[in-house]
Amino acid sequence: MKDENIKKVLILGSGALKIGEAGEFDYSGSQALKALREEGVETVLINPNIATVQTSEGVADRIYFLPVTPFFVEKVIQKEQPQGILLAFGGQTALNCGVQLYEQKILEKYNVKVLGTPVQAIIDTEDRELFVKKLDEIDVKTIKSHACENTESARAAAKELGYPVIIRAAYALGGLGSGFCDNEEELDKIAEKAFSFSPQVLVEKSLKGWKEIEYEVVRDKYDNCITVCNMENFDPLGIHTGESIVIAPSQTLTNSEYHKLHALSIKIIRHIGIIGECNVQYAFDPESEDYRVIEVNARLSRSSALASKATGYPLAFVAAKLGMGYGLFELKNSVTKTTSAFFEPTLDYVVCKIPRWDLGKFRGVDRELGSSMKSVGEVMAIGRTFEESIQKGLRMIGQGLHGFVGNKELQIEDIDNALKAPTDKRVLIIEKALTLGYTIDQIHSLTKIDKWFLQKLQNIRNTYIELQKKGALNNVDVELMRRAKVEGFTDFQIARAIGLEARIDSEAAIGMVRKYRKELGVLPVVKQIDTLAAEYPAQTNYLYLTYSGVANDINYENDKKSIIVLGSGAYRIGSSVEFDWCGVQALNTIRKEGFRSIMINYNPETVSTDYDMCDRLYFDELTFERVMDIYELECPYGVIVSTGGQIPNNLAMRLDAEQVPILGTSAKSIDNAEDRDKFSEMLDRIDVDQPKWSALTSMEDIHEFIDKVGFPVLVRPSYVLSGAAMNVCSNEEELERFLRLAANVSKKHPVVVSKFHEHNKEIEMDAVARDGEIIAYAISEHIEFAGVHSGDATIQFPPQKLYVETVRQIKKVSRQIAKELHISGPFNIQFLAEKNHLRVIECNLRASRSFPFVSKVLKINLIEIATRIMLGLPVEKPAKNLFDLDYVGIKASQFSFNRLQKADPVLGVDMSSTGEVGCLGDDTASALLCAMLSVGHRIPKKNILLSTGTGKQKAEMLDAARQLINNGYSLYATGGTSRYLADNGIENTLVYWPSEAPQQPQALDLLHNHEIDLVVNVPKDLTVSELSNGYKIRRAAIDLNIPLITNSRLASAFIDAFCSKSLDDIAIKAWEVY
Amino acid sequence: MRNVTLILDDGTRFHGKSFGYEKAVAGEVVFNTAMTGYPESLTDPSYAGQLMVLTYPLIGNYGVPAFSFESNGLATFMESEKIHAEAIIVSDYSTEFSHWNAKESLAEWLKREQVPGITGIDTRELTKMLREHGVMMGKIIFDDEPENIPTAQYSGVNYIAKVSCKEVIRYNEGAGKKVVLVDCGVKQNIIRCLLKRNVEVIRVPWNYDFTDLEYDGLFLANGPGDPDTAVEAVENIRKAMAKNANLPIFGICMGNQLLAKAGGAKIYKLKYGHRSHNQPVRQVGTNRCFITSQNHGYAVDNDSLGSDWEPLFVNMNDGSNEGIRHKTNPWFSAQFHPEAASGPVDTEFLFDDFVQLL
Repeated sequence: MKDENIKKVLILGSGALKIGEAGEFDYSGSQALKALREEGVETVLINPNIATVQTSEGVADRIYFLPVTPFFVEKVIQKEQPQGILLAFGGQTALNCGVQLYEQKILEKYNVKVLGTPVQAIIDTEDRELFVKKLDEIDVKTIKSHACENTESARAAAKELGYPVIIRAAYALGGLGSGFCDNEEELDKIAEKAFSFSPQVLVEKSLKGWKEIEYEVVRDKYDNCITVCNMENFDPLGIHTGESIVIAPSQTLTNSEYHKLHALSIKIIRHIGIIGECNVQYAFDPESEDYRVIEVNARLSRSSALASKATGYPLAFVAAKLGMGYGLFELKNSVTKTTSAFFEPTLDYVVCKIPRWDLGKFRGVDRELGSSMKSVGEVMAIGRTFEESIQKGLRMIGQGLHGFVGNKELQIEDIDNALKAPTDKRVLIIEKALTLGYTIDQIHSLTKIDKWFLQKLQNIRNTYIELQKKGALNNVDVELMRRAKVEGFTDFQIARAIGLEARIDSEAAIGMVRKYRKELGVLPVVKQIDTLAAEYPAQTNYLYLTYSGVANDINYENDKKSIIVLGSGAYRIGSSVEFDWCGVQALNTIRKEGFRSIMINYNPETVSTDYDMCDRLYFDELTFERVMDIYELECPYGVIVSTGGQIPNNLAMRLDAEQVPILGTSAKSIDNAEDRDKFSEMLDRIDVDQPKWSALTSMEDIHEFIDKVGFPVLVRPSYVLSGAAMNVCSNEEELERFLRLAANVSKKHPVVVSKFHEHNKEIEMDAVARDGEIIAYAISEHIEFAGVHSGDATIQFPPQKLYVETVRQIKKVSRQIAKELHISGPFNIQFLAEKNHLRVIECNLRASRSFPFVSKVLKINLIEIATRIMLGLPVEKPAKNLFDLDYVGIKASQFSFNRLQKADPVLGVDMSSTGEVGCLGDDTASALLCAMLSVGHRIPKKNILLSTGTGKQKAEMLDAARQLINNGYSLYATGGTSRYLADNGIENTLVYWPSEAPQQPQALDLLHNHEIDLVVNVPKDLTVSELSNGYKIRRAAIDLNIPLITNSRLASAFIDAFCSKSLDDIAIKAWEVY
Repeated sequence: MRNVTLILDDGTRFHGKSFGYEKAVAGEVVFNTAMTGYPESLTDPSYAGQLMVLTYPLIGNYGVPAFSFESNGLATFMESEKIHAEAIIVSDYSTEFSHWNAKESLAEWLKREQVPGITGIDTRELTKMLREHGVMMGKIIFDDEPENIPTAQYSGVNYIAKVSCKEVIRYNEGAGKKVVLVDCGVKQNIIRCLLKRNVEVIRVPWNYDFTDLEYDGLFLANGPGDPDTAVEAVENIRKAMAKNANLPIFGICMGNQLLAKAGGAKIYKLKYGHRSHNQPVRQVGTNRCFITSQNHGYAVDNDSLGSDWEPLFVNMNDGSNEGIRHKTNPWFSAQFHPEAASGPVDTEFLFDDFVQLL
């Protein structure tokens, strides 16, 4: 039964989204909060991630936007006096913080009870040595591992085990600092890095090529256990499970194998003493029933979020209830509402998770997949054949794929090697190999992927070839058409296979296939996810579409009382949890207003794909084809395309052409803002300036344009060969190099070149309009000058340093644009301000990344207003505006460079951050300090290394340098910076660039010896020596886990913040108190 | 692959393709929601007379292991000496398979044993129909042989007699305590579970009068069909109970129903039965819950249990009986399958409990 002594519970969030710890913890935390509130327990949440759903009004009773560290958590405990704490719902961040609170006896001191799994059990799973010992006690096999405290002992261990070995850092999430070593040289390198993350590294025998299988296991305090889901990795062991395609349930395990691991999982969870949920990962021999336990995660994880979505079993919700003292038998199955929560879901579909990488955004990054995670998001596809599931999934990851076949041809020189050394292009290379006639056996021996998966992929290819042979649409009979659809082909793939798409416009071709297919009677059906494979009736609203079926599971009302909200798809750089928040707010408003809310989305890490959040959830593709399928079934009142970021926005025109009612701003207006030419024309018409630009198709034209506008310029190729998609070039040499290396300039692939305005302020206008009139707005200001992508920039709201004149002009121009585009709904405009001269960079007629941030700081829910407008309901202009705020919000960006080996951690015009936080303060400095600490910065102890770029940037940093000296810091500086500081009377120690070796002291040595607490490295330009010297320093800082700042404005602001404020100056104030 | 049609008694038709033995067939259509274990299920004698629908769509993935036998006569991997189901109905048969232990494909095996298999069926929709309507008789016909319509009857047929052994078989002779196993269609993993615990198993035909044998415990096995057809077995159990109140008795599935009948209780037919690996049961009067493997269409009526008996386990989804025990004598039984194969092995401890009583 429930523990009645627990009245107030503190829950720790996971902070900013980062690689290895992303949106899944917003979902887990939101579920836990819902479970607790249902019990009448008061909830207090600490999470600086302001864009999440869990940090929204009504989800937790009190929310603190503070770093999840023992220092701040203790202060919150002191203030709130909770009886209980939940550690398992905020990823490794919360878990590590919890272990520290326990070890420092803080929990004991304040008499806070850890709900669910006891901390000792957490420690037993986190410390490898304890873990192995623990499992040895019950004769469960683990990977033989040697814990080493230094490189010498690591070498000795590797020699004993025999290469290849894997090195892991203890206490690190997502395989951070781990890697495979084939020899001692590689071991030395990886060990050093691992030691920078952890005092202990583990050397293990590599089991490359074994299957990787996971089980999600639940246990209550009465010792009742269930496994909710098992999952099989498509990729064999050796590729991090976050980097692997994952299939649920397992496909290649026999009953005996499945239940052997099932029984082991239960034995393990009992022995460790989990109360709640854990994840057990196995290595499984493909040639026998031999196994090893890889690890146990004693907390909710990415896999548990996936398992919840894959099965419909709300693991986090149940785990929170178990933490409150319930037994599983006392809880109901949330889907059927009648059967018990003590059961194991059975699936009648197959689920495929595919990671989303964004490696193209990073200069120099190592693309090879391995034991460390690099993907930034994931998708989950549901089908009733493996082929359908994986083809859906490949489209969902949003990287231009049409499925497994029918894609742009990939240029690969060495297929064998590409198969052996997997990259983010792995699946495409398999397709290429099949095309080139590689046999299943050959591909299997190179990749170690189970032949069953490869055979299924081969089926897809065979069907494609069969379609190709038909040559014309009416040669495709109903049987082949049905088979193709059952195997997950889109109308586009079919059009391309039969050659139709090559002959006519692709949209017309798709239309023809669709029409013909419908005439043949080949239509998708809607199926429910009901946890029991139809054994019991379920009122579930959790749905997907498939061609493998003859009947729909639900009946449609056809009453035009439903509204479809298009979700935002896979989390990726530039689009993540903030759009999930927007989608969820839209759903809430729709429900509140008496409509049925319908969500289409496929991201398992989100709250919007929690079937509780809407009246109907279609866990399916956001392609034109699928949205039309659902539209035709639902006959809704309308469709909202403006709360899900760019994916739904891009569908607006095509849906509109099919007479789909788009709510809010018209598709034509969206197009007028999206289309560069039309938008420029409009700005000219209303006399608003924008940076000069031109789309150019030859080098001569480019030079001619630059002669006119002058350097620097922003260059955006439409076809990128490698590396970042856009770049700023400040001279001829840079331009030549960038275009030669990165882009292909031709008639077919024009390059957009625009004038780049230096030292301009960048300002965001987030607003909501009705019929062209602005109803509510928020103006926010970047701390960095223009040139840092708005998604990477540090943003202050309300603006702190804008001229009143600038603000007035922004309002005026925004009003003009809103009127001109007749906006009804959310929109965002980005401005450059050169003194008081404004230029418009871009305008998006949809919610932007900063909507949750400004909504929460302003405490006005802009999406709710926008949704009401789109529903045609009356709205009032909010009474307060941003000038009424007595506090400041700072949004800071979270980078994940530590996971992206070799990537240059420098910021530029292309976005590279993976997440963000938003913190409040009574003044800018304390808000900034809080935000910077929340994204992993630390107040430096003593030594700071400066390389501050160009003369102008050096000058910008001068005051900050002086402040550091006055506060007792010691400065180290590279050549130019050192001279500049000395000339200005600032004491510093000269250090040498890597290229100046062997002169001493060497900057890199200082870093390796951990003598530096903060690195400020502002790149001057893109010259070769700058790139290599600066790169080495920046990369070393990242690899050695030393805080790094690469922008002089941000560095100055941060230095000012920690010099003028101390940790104790950060107010422990809940959101509602501001 | 030839086109086939599954026709249910209510006239509903499902169209698919044949991948197994090409023979028109009829039987009781039942669904099983397990995600693994098609070789075990097909050879489970309890499926005799039934067309087995699998709700998990992807079937055949790991092929079929060798149908080999151990020196004691038990199959190495299977649950009996042959396929007992009349046919298998799936959504997406995997023509290719991959597993180190596989010797042949499911299709090859079905053809060898002359059992039809059909694929391309919306088994979710079919299951929903069976759920709403209750189990139905059905037939599989080949579209190009519309005249060839098979017939069958399920209710009232004594399937136990069809699948039970015909003579006494002894395993582990002289190993120690002797257990008489009444074979109503026993799954071989039950025998393995007993042998593993070092007892001698005397497997007798379902209607064999074992009461004069020398033995230490009685095991009542699972089996197909209607428990009311097993009159002789119930009489023998009653006789044994009357002879020795201290004789340990343990029954599984059909064994649960026969023990209940011997104790005077009534049996009824469930609307669509329990056939899955995820049935939750609770031990009555405790907080102990177990996930169990099940395969039964009939159940013991809890209300009809005599005053000397009590329910031992109860189904947490629908409240139906999942086992009984005698209040004073060492007699107990489970409606589910502690021997698993296929399914979860969480309740195998019941065999330990039984062997300890001997």
